[in-house]
Amino acid sequence: MPRDSLITSENDSEQDADLSLQEEHESKTHRTKRRDGDRQKKKRRNERRKGGTRAGEGEEDLQAISEKRERSKRKRAKSKQETSRRENNEEEEAQLTGGKGTKARKDIRNEKTRRMEKEEVREVDENVDKGKKKQGSTKKGEKKEDGGKQLVKEKARDIKKKKHKKAETSSEPETSEEDDDEEEDNDKDVVRPECLSPEELEKLKEAVDERKKLIQSLRGKPWPMKKKLVTLRESQEFVEKYEGALGKGKGRKLYAYKVLMTKKWMKFQRDFENFKTACIPWEMKIKEIESHFGSSVASYFIFLRWMYGINMILFGLTFGLVMVPEALMGRPYGSMPRKTVPRAEEASAMDFAVLWDFGGYAQYSVLFYGYYNNQRTVGWLKFRMPLSYFLVGVGTVAYSYMVVIRTMARNANESGVGDDNSFNFSWKMFTSWDYLIGNAETADNKFASITTSFKEAILEEQESHKDDNIHLTRFLRVLANFLVLCCLAGSGYLIYFVVRRSQKFALDGLENHTWWERNEVNMVMSLLGMFCPMLFDVISTLENYHPRVALQWQLGRIFALFLGNLYTFIIALMDEINLKRKEEKVVKFNITMWEASLYNGTVLENSTAPPVTIHPADVPRGPCWETMVGQEFVRLIISDTMTTYITLLIGDFLRAVLVRFLNYCWCWDLEAGFPSYSEFDVSGNVLGLIFNQGMIWMGSFYAPCLPALNVIRLHVSMYLQCWAVMCCNVPQERVFKASGSNNFYMAMLLVILFLSTLPAIYTIVSIPPSFDCGPFSGKNRMFDVIHETLESDFPPWFSKVFSYASNPGLVLPFILLMVLAIYYLQSTSKSYREANVELKKKLQMQNEENKRKNKRAALKAQMDLEEARKTAQEQQRNNNASVQDQEDDTDIHVSGQNPPPVGGRGSQMPSSRDSGSRTHDRGNHGPSGYLPGFARQTEPRMYRVPSLQRH
Amino acid sequence: MGNKQTIFTAQQLFHRYRDLAPQLVPLDYTNHPDVKLPYELIGSMPELKDNPFRQRIAEVFSEDGEGNMTLDDFLDMFSVLSEMAPRDLKAYYAFKIYDFNNDDFICKSDLEKTLNKLTRNELTEDEVRMVCEKVIDEADLDNDGRLSLEDFQHMIVRAPDFLSTFHIRI
Repeated sequence: MPRDSLITSENDSEQDADLSLQEEHESKTHRTKRRDGDRQKKKRRNERRKGGTRAGEGEEDLQAISEKRERSKRKRAKSKQETSRRENNEEEEAQLTGGKGTKARKDIRNEKTRRMEKEEVREVDENVDKGKKKQGSTKKGEKKEDGGKQLVKEKARDIKKKKHKKAETSSEPETSEEDDDEEEDNDKDVVRPECLSPEELEKLKEAVDERKKLIQSLRGKPWPMKKKLVTLRESQEFVEKYEGALGKGKGRKLYAYKVLMTKKWMKFQRDFENFKTACIPWEMKIKEIESHFGSSVASYFIFLRWMYGINMILFGLTFGLVMVPEALMGRPYGSMPRKTVPRAEEASAMDFAVLWDFGGYAQYSVLFYGYYNNQRTVGWLKFRMPLSYFLVGVGTVAYSYMVVIRTMARNANESGVGDDNSFNFSWKMFTSWDYLIGNAETADNKFASITTSFKEAILEEQESHKDDNIHLTRFLRVLANFLVLCCLAGSGYLIYFVVRRSQKFALDGLENHTWWERNEVNMVMSLLGMFCPMLFDVISTLENYHPRVALQWQLGRIFALFLGNLYTFIIALMDEINLKRKEEKVVKFNITMWEASLYNGTVLENSTAPPVTIHPADVPRGPCWETMVGQEFVRLIISDTMTTYITLLIGDFLRAVLVRFLNYCWCWDLEAGFPSYSEFDVSGNVLGLIFNQGMIWMGSFYAPCLPALNVIRLHVSMYLQCWAVMCCNVPQERVFKASGSNNFYMAMLLVILFLSTLPAIYTIVSIPPSFDCGPFSGKNRMFDVIHETLESDFPPWFSKVFSYASNPGLVLPFILLMVLAIYYLQSTSKSYREANVELKKKLQMQNEENKRKNKRAALKAQMDLEEARKTAQEQQRNNNASVQDQEDDTDIHVSGQNPPPVGGRGSQMPSSRDSGSRTHDRGNHGPSGYLPGFARQTEPRMYRVPSLQRH
Repeated sequence: MGNKQTIFTAQQLFHRYRDLAPQLVPLDYTNHPDVKLPYELIGSMPELKDNPFRQRIAEVFSEDGEGNMTLDDFLDMFSVLSEMAPRDLKAYYAFKIYDFNNDDFICKSDLEKTLNKLTRNELTEDEVRMVCEKVIDEADLDNDGRLSLEDFQHMIVRAPDFLSTFHIRI
């Protein structure tokens, strides 16, 4: 054996010794805190085992001794190797039971031999330490016997965890990692497998295992960092040093390699995880906002990001499967009438005003339904354009449903547990402060909101059944609802009126009207959306609801308003669609006339002449109501976006600037007084987002560009709103928790999704498409494209099967089955929920019962104590009296120098101890006497009692 | 939506620590110099300065119990208050933080102090007393009129927001 390797191993063992000391200490402190009884049990068991195994292992020990003399220090590592060969033959349980005892014994022997040879005190100490450590480790290891058996299997996982741990706790150990690796390599060269006994190996395994466990659980231990670091580093060294040796015989290298690779893999995974976190868009921005404004404001931005993600996917669908194929492979612009700007509009088709309205060139482009051609296949890929258009439309809706419902279910799972109210005040007390808050204003608001929440809770607690003029409240609430209904009806009528008027304008031709008249509909809708919520806010002060309830009412009302507006808009659109369709009929008739005349004309001139080529711009065409609908939605989105941004700039930014700078020269404090800074209105913003999304869903079938527009809008508003929040808003005065209302928003989104798909589906199913524009032109209904595909692209048997499957005789039972299944699932979930509630109630009852029992027990104990004390006092009094008598007697009879403390002690006794009988009292009295002279004095008294009684 | 925070490393934390007092803290820590930052510096960190319990936090995590922190204490504090720390560990330290008089029990006076810090003394005495009574009534399982660590843990692990509020982000 080379000399330096010896030295290194000595160092190692020294380290081990240190470590063992420390670890033992730790384990002790830890255990004494937690499970005292457990430890004692284990100790006992351990000792029993030691005794049992010692005798059986004698032979092996003898064999081992000679080798041990040579390299006593590396003994453990070696024995490991040896056993690794034998391990296969032996039963593991035997090892387990046998291993523990021998180790301790061997160590003792080891110690002896060494002492004889070298007689170095230091080494002996070291060994003692080692032995101690091993004992400690066996103690610990015992409880993990199962884990020890499956060591090899678990190893990989353990290492994984360890690595994780290392990275998280601190980066320092990482630097030492490489050193450890080298050390490990050295060690492997040193280790000799022949000289290890199975017990040694087993023990080592356990030790390694236990170290790993320690490393895993280290983070959960309330130790100071220094101790953690030291323990961690040492345990890691230990594990790394001996882990490689645990592999079996020849497979050792492979095993070491495997360990290395797992390490590398873990590191890679961790890096990848970090990378993924870094890739989440706007994460840091949102976290920053969260730490300034609390979680509710952040929840809006998270919602916005979520929406952005959904829209990205919708955009990908429409862009990749509809817009790009048509633009690349479809017929180019100008090749046919539907793809050309008509002659009449050509002059103004490039004007900005027209483009802004999505007329002119924008209207005759891939952005809108009308541009698409009804060729069945497009380009050299034979891309089924109309089919793809239809399927993307359906897929958009289906995907949105899926995502929303899945998110809702997940949220419900997360929040389903926590409506337990048994620790209301305690939670308020200990968890209401948000340690994330790092901003003075937010902190102020948080203080205020905590105070109010406490006051509310106290009020609720004090008078849960208070009634201060319930009639007035009821009247006010009815009045408020009436007012709100009036508002809603008024706004609905206003929109209807405006839309009708705009149709009239449109018939006259838009050029004759002012800007306002042209944009009336959108402006009115945006303005209503802006001012009605404020009105509702004022009205809701009448109602005197609990703020959380009030917020829900407010949200519901705004929701109703938006929905009403949207639906009025849609109804008006329907009217317009019908108008257009009438117009279309006329145009269609005219076109046939026109074509006939054209044809006739040519026939008259020259019967063999080729058909007249007419520039597509000159061909008369129908109004194409689909494009019109798409345009309306796009305009709506644009104006909505503009209003949002402008409100943001004026209402937030300008206001903040004015308040900030006019404050220097104003007669009252603008910042604290009337205008102040604006708050970030989470609910309003979320609602705006939801409705915007509803419009996207509604309109995206007729305007494939809508998701793209929305992506841009969301992207911009992410940055703009982040900036606006950080620079000119103040945190809300009432900080609402975001978690509870999340599903409320989601539910609204779902409702909106449903309501917005309704009209779209209605138009798709029931209105025939225009005859001269769009991918479905020439068909009776839009969904005929499915039939067409089935008939021409699939084998005949498939369409046959499909036609059978779509037979009402099959569909109806299927639907029935589905309804039944839903009903069944619903009722089971309901019964589960009920059982859950019942269990919860029972648990609560039991808790209360326990509490009451405890209380009663405590009370009873107190009473008993009191009583005992009382009786004791009485007895004491009697006693005292008698003692007094005695003492008087003794005083008289025995000695005149009875010290006053005796009487004092006597009267003190009963209050501190409820000792019952006289004699006991006396017995107690005697030995506890603190004056040396007392014992002598009491004895005669005791002795004297009978004589007294005899008196 | 609980996104995992990127793990802040000891390096970053060390820089934060050093930035508090560059003149006191050496860059080279190989010899483990004995440096302590006074509580005034620790408490003025932006993460802590608005926290009503900042003094308690510093006291609990500092070795000397007075809020003066070594680098190790500092690391300790942020590892416990990080998002990664396990719930039990957090609960343990939260208990220590709310245990103002260090007697290993949260008694009424501790509760009163906590409440007054949370509300900036804006509740009346009656209200404070009532809230404290309610808290003891709710959470005290063994009925000794004060909260032991077990009581506290039993209560706090059921709290829905404990994990989300009891951490500090750097």
